Amino acid sequence: MSLPGPARADRPGWLAAAQMLLPLIAGGMAIATLYGAFFYAAREKTMGDVQRIFYFHAPAGIMCFLAFFVTFLASIAYLRTRRRIWDIVGHSSVEAGMLLTSIVLLTGPFWARPVWGTWWTWEARLVWTLVLWMIYAGYLLLRRYTDDPDQQARFAAVMGIVGFLDVPIVYYSVHWWRGHHPLVLKVSGGGGLEPTMRIVFLGGIITYLFLYMALMALRVPLGRMEDDLRRLEASSRARARGRRDMARVT
Amino acid sequence: MTPAESGPADPDTVAAARSLTRRFGHHVALDAVDLDVRAGEFLTIFGPNGAGKTTLLRTLATLLRPTSGSISLFGIDPRREPEWIRSRLGLIAHSGLLYGGMSARDNLIFYGRMYSVPDPAGRAARLLTAVGLQDRTADLVRTYSRGMLQRLGIARALMHEPELVLLDEPYTGLDQHAARMLRGLLGTLSGEGRTVIMVTHQLEEGLEISSRLMIMARGRIEHDAPAAGMTRASLERLYHDVVDGAAA
Amino acid sequence: MNPPPAVTPAGAAAPAATPDSQAAHAARADHHAARRARGPDMGVRAELARAALVAAKDLRIEMRSLDNVPAMFFFALLVLVILSFGFDFSTAKFSDVGAGVLWVAFVFPAVLSFGHAFALERDGECLSGLRLTPADAGTLYLGKLAANIVFMLAMEAAILPLSAVLFGYDLAPVLAPLAFVIAVHSVGFCAVGTLFGAMTARTRRGDVLLPILLFSVSVPLMLAAVRTTSAVLNGGGLWDGLTKTWLVMTCLFDLVFTTAAWLSFQYLLEE
Repeated sequence: MSLPGPARADRPGWLAAAQMLLPLIAGGMAIATLYGAFFYAAREKTMGDVQRIFYFHAPAGIMCFLAFFVTFLASIAYLRTRRRIWDIVGHSSVEAGMLLTSIVLLTGPFWARPVWGTWWTWEARLVWTLVLWMIYAGYLLLRRYTDDPDQQARFAAVMGIVGFLDVPIVYYSVHWWRGHHPLVLKVSGGGGLEPTMRIVFLGGIITYLFLYMALMALRVPLGRMEDDLRRLEASSRARARGRRDMARVT
Repeated sequence: MTPAESGPADPDTVAAARSLTRRFGHHVALDAVDLDVRAGEFLTIFGPNGAGKTTLLRTLATLLRPTSGSISLFGIDPRREPEWIRSRLGLIAHSGLLYGGMSARDNLIFYGRMYSVPDPAGRAARLLTAVGLQDRTADLVRTYSRGMLQRLGIARALMHEPELVLLDEPYTGLDQHAARMLRGLLGTLSGEGRTVIMVTHQLEEGLEISSRLMIMARGRIEHDAPAAGMTRASLERLYHDVVDGAAA
Repeated sequence: MNPPPAVTPAGAAAPAATPDSQAAHAARADHHAARRARGPDMGVRAELARAALVAAKDLRIEMRSLDNVPAMFFFALLVLVILSFGFDFSTAKFSDVGAGVLWVAFVFPAVLSFGHAFALERDGECLSGLRLTPADAGTLYLGKLAANIVFMLAMEAAILPLSAVLFGYDLAPVLAPLAFVIAVHSVGFCAVGTLFGAMTARTRRGDVLLPILLFSVSVPLMLAAVRTTSAVLNGGGLWDGLTKTWLVMTCLFDLVFTTAAWLSFQYLLEE
């Protein structure tokens, strides 16, 4: 079986190994977590089996935060060194982070509906995640609408920094605004979790961590290849133009 | 060794570039350009569209950052003392760099104050007279014709008495009268000992007044020599040779 | 096929030094040394003065053309009217929903103003003109920020009394704390708006992108604004429990984002 992915040609050995292994590990952990979530973790007292979605919902939330933190660091690194790789890392991390944030936003309602009787509620944690999603959707739109590649990288870097600085402020403001997330007590760092639950929760975190790393291992080299492609296109266009161009004198 | 490292500021080299490269995305606009401009020179750069002339000029004006290589202005790396360097150069661009919603006088005074010019109002008045706009100083720049805009742009660039004057296609869109006035002003600049670098399409304008001629093509300097002895015809021939040769 | 043209090395060789040219050289060196000593005004005070010049320039242009503030005012008025159709103010008390209505009326026109601030510089390529001056990028940001704050406050000062008339609430007793709350939140909004305004001035669909970026990042500010305005409209004081907490957060927001924008503005302006 050959995994889909970037061309084999000039990948360094460790990258090829990572691109193969990370998805496998993530997949394996996902299966293990699924098993643990349904068969190993204790049944939650008040919410019953529906609560099991927590093992897919909460760790995604933690991981997306990590992804955006990576973008924050990569953005600073780009502005200081101007090396393309940091721009690609920042961009890829936002895409991975957006995927994870979307998972949080999609699994939330499936949990909320049976428990609270409504798909969406304006309570703190969900709103915070939604705002986070909007900020980084803005990042991706900003990139899409900026034509010049250098400008795109610089603007995105500033956005990556400013957006992340906003994250803790949004967190606190939304929590003061809305009172508490009824399930916060159980979710905060596994303090209120039973041992079996804690293990599966940890499994969920590891799953998403490897998922994130797998996505990055595939996306970043893809970004570099896109860059190479654009460079080749530009130089071949320049050569064609050189052959056609005639001197013009006013 | 970059110009900035070559010791105390050499008063004779006003602008220099070493292996200056500038890319826009993947398009190479300047390709490892080397350049030295000495004080008092009047350098005119010719070249077809896309040759990199404007890119070179704007990089020397510190508006564009080099992708690689270095430039030095007045012997100093512009990244080290940008304010000092910017106060010593002036750019006269196509678009005038003027606010349409303010009067000519207010525009000049604004820039004068930004450059810490002593008595900006007095200097503005003198410059407006020098460029022949003394009757329109209170009018909004929005109402100016192209020729008047160009003249006001020159006044703006001279408010802070720059030692290095950069001109980007100054003759574009000018009628005969305005072009004549511009020629006179450039002659004065040159006579005052300022260093001038002008980028232009128009061969005859550059030729009369320059001390040094350069032809650029494809991001490189293909010809660089004193202007003495060059006629319009020989320049045209040279231009064709250089540009066709570069394209081959 | 012609032989390739001879390429003369860049920079003609210096003529042999004669006593005259040595004297001229020395004179030039002296002249340069003198000019170096007399550089542009530098230091914090000079930069603040330049920021003030940029702000004054924007204000002067606005006073002559009246392009921005009247449009903001009418847009705000329109928003108030439209929102009043949405809420039934004969039964609802203004102090319950009024804060939200006021802030929507304030921020939407402000977004236009932020776009206008940099559109102003596009004509005649004035941004390059500003970048050529000795002012650094952070200074240009502060100047633009100051002008934006003045415009937003001017619009709010006109709309606020009008809203008291339209919605029939008593403005006088709450005016001082209300003015403070509005001002401190407007500053924060302008800080972020000026930054994103500069960015989106150079992107495609900048007019659409600006509100998207601005509103998502300004969520904490908006929450604080509505909560504190509501508290004040209901007769609460600025030091009452939660209001104080919100105001502290707002001041923190203002500080963090003004600083971040000031530091990063150079990356937005460079080319």
